[in-house]
Amino acid sequence: MLRRLHSEQPESFAFTPDNQKWAEAQLTKFPEGRQASAVIPLLWRAQEQEGWVSKPAIEYIADMLGMAYIRVLEVASFYFMFQMQPTGSVAHVQVCGTLSCMICGAEDLIAVCKDKIAPKPFTLSADGKFTWEEVECLGACTNAPMAQIGKDYYEDLTAEGFAQMLDDLAAGKAVVPGPQNGRYAAEPKSGLTSLTEYDSGKTQYNASVQLATDIGDGVKRIQGDEVPLLTPWIGKDGVVAGRAATDAPPKAAEAPKPAVKQAKEAKKKEAEKAAPAKKAEAKPVAAKPEKTAEVAEAAPETLKEARGGLADDLKLLKGVGPKLEQTLNELGFFHFDQIAAWGAAEVAWVDSRLTFKGRIERDGWIAQAAKLAVGDETDFAKKAKKDGRYDDDK
Amino acid sequence: MLKDQDRIFTNLYGMHERTLKGAQARGHWDGTSGLIDKGRDWIIQTMKDSGLRGRGGAGFPTGLKWSFMPKESDGRPSYLVINADESEPGTCKDREIMRHDPHTLIEGALIASFAMQAHTCYIYLRGEYIREREALQAAIDECYDKGLLGRNAAGSGWDFDVFLHHGAGAYICGEETALIESLEGKKGMPRMKPPFPAGAGLYGCPTTVNNVESIAVVPTILRRGADWFAGFGRPNNAGTKLFAISGHVNNPCVVEEAMSISFEELIEKHCGGIRGGWDNLLAVIPGGSSVPCVRGENMRDAIMDFDYLRGELGSGLGTAAVIVMDKQTDIIKAIWRLAKFYKHESCGQCTPCREGTGWMMRVMDRLVKGEADLEEIDMLWDVTKQVEGHTICALGDAAAWPIQGLIRNFRGEIEDRIKSQKTGRSSAMAAK
Repeated sequence: MLRRLHSEQPESFAFTPDNQKWAEAQLTKFPEGRQASAVIPLLWRAQEQEGWVSKPAIEYIADMLGMAYIRVLEVASFYFMFQMQPTGSVAHVQVCGTLSCMICGAEDLIAVCKDKIAPKPFTLSADGKFTWEEVECLGACTNAPMAQIGKDYYEDLTAEGFAQMLDDLAAGKAVVPGPQNGRYAAEPKSGLTSLTEYDSGKTQYNASVQLATDIGDGVKRIQGDEVPLLTPWIGKDGVVAGRAATDAPPKAAEAPKPAVKQAKEAKKKEAEKAAPAKKAEAKPVAAKPEKTAEVAEAAPETLKEARGGLADDLKLLKGVGPKLEQTLNELGFFHFDQIAAWGAAEVAWVDSRLTFKGRIERDGWIAQAAKLAVGDETDFAKKAKKDGRYDDDK
Repeated sequence: MLKDQDRIFTNLYGMHERTLKGAQARGHWDGTSGLIDKGRDWIIQTMKDSGLRGRGGAGFPTGLKWSFMPKESDGRPSYLVINADESEPGTCKDREIMRHDPHTLIEGALIASFAMQAHTCYIYLRGEYIREREALQAAIDECYDKGLLGRNAAGSGWDFDVFLHHGAGAYICGEETALIESLEGKKGMPRMKPPFPAGAGLYGCPTTVNNVESIAVVPTILRRGADWFAGFGRPNNAGTKLFAISGHVNNPCVVEEAMSISFEELIEKHCGGIRGGWDNLLAVIPGGSSVPCVRGENMRDAIMDFDYLRGELGSGLGTAAVIVMDKQTDIIKAIWRLAKFYKHESCGQCTPCREGTGWMMRVMDRLVKGEADLEEIDMLWDVTKQVEGHTICALGDAAAWPIQGLIRNFRGEIEDRIKSQKTGRSSAMAAK
């Protein structure tokens, strides 16, 4: 079967905050550097949230896992549970058509789908509520024929009951999944032939149906807040015990970056070269939150233009070249005394707006600026003036 | 008939308490650390002595498989991967374990992992089993909460994690190397062997892949002894087994029975007989879609175990998924449906399988309608022989065998349909 990206794609994709947390928790199941293992569960959650797997979703997950887009697209198109086109707003109906179900009446169920939903699979019904497909064995063969609607198995079906069920779902009525002929689970319908001696009181439903009725999210679009997020494998000390007990598996070979990303990065670099000013403006948006955690940023005093139109030659500071001088000017710094007045918070503010993190402290700008501001010389300034290294710029 | 006290899966239908407390009341998680204290050699030897053969279909001795794992780590971790990608048509036994008796599996995972020096176990569940995944995860969470998993699991001194992972609807991921590929986040395409997973499996580390049922029976075997387990069934076919009977019986069900039970007893005791009586029995597929079908009259006295079904009937026990078809069934169409299944599920890696499954399905298409020549039956036979054994994994074989079974057992029916089509009489059976 040909499976490719749908012709119409949404603008963007993002996990809901709860789903994002859930997705990040899944990554902890795998050793360092093997996060790609989580690709199927993440794609699945994206589908549970949106109803199908779109191109933006594939790219979002690829970026999250550090995978090439094509690798995630490969996975999405290889595994048949991923719907590559929009599905019904209420539910996507999957009728098992393989042998056991076929000889027990699955063809009648498919006829109901053709009649009630659409003549062809993967096609939206007239009211947009349903899509359907015939799937291969769903692994509930003793409860044939059966269908999966949303998260749940509806077993021991008849054509009439199935048609009624679709009507009820369309009307928003609750339908109890599981065997529809009075059976409990996979026991003989006429009564138990084994395990009669272990009776300890029967709950109302079998485990699958009980969960379905307790959580009630059978055909719901999943937001991530339906059930609490649990990660018991991360111990109280934050360590995954079993993983800590062994050496790490050998590292995976690094995947080459996809052409799209390479091209993007090259473009980005060019843009930086062409317009460093823009870069400096854009930077505050990208300011990293962890930076603020270390030292709170505070905006230093800035000037619109140099006092009296005569700016100091900031290049006399060791570590500041023509580019950085321009950037500093654009940020509103023209004089040594301005720089000399920076405290730690101000340094953090400026730092997050420069391309070279940590340079201010590394090169000791403030000490240099303090000297230069009062008319003293620094070794670097003396040398720079002497060899006239910046004279060409003037 | 197997007595209830000899059944391993005492909550198969989920009618009794499904929590950890309920499982403990039925004898699970009893003295687990004591079993582990006896050491890995004892565990593996007991498993060998018990005669347990893998329950995933191939029937490879489980204890022997475990002994292939490296005794000393060379710096790489070892992994146990449990194959819960139950998708063989007809098979629905592991589902019952995972949703209703999950603690047998989790305890088995701990013991088996210890026996192969693995601190981490991944359970790869088929994607469609969403509620089963939730039920199993709830049981795992409960075990972590009670200290049966995690650091010093169950007081054994062994640090152990179980992670539940899932696929997304690819039958091929039930093949062990395809499963490993899928677990690494790739398309599920089988790997060439060697290297075998025990040498280089998940993340290039020593890995053993076992079926759910194989792992879930381990704790009980160790508690009750190898002799107890070996006492059921004929030699080389030891133990109890979950049978999943579907199709045209009066009461389809999943049931645990002793190996080597006769087909008649299995059907009469648990399934209320064949629909329409024994004379109405047309054919049986005794081990899931991958094994050849058997004519009904040969099946009544058949012994349900690995050796009899393979040796005497040219079929196999497979996963013990028994599909029963009565005389109202169009057997050609039934096998056509399986051919369609394998065409759908071929991963596309090897040419004989990718092209062959489609080719075989298209010929079967015409055989169902009778629009074929008699010579084409032999041609189809030849093609199945060219697919069989010429692919990386066994899916090619599995696609070929049902068709071979059909031609071997029901050649007359195929010929009749072709002839009646030729003479212009439309066959009543050919409605498709």
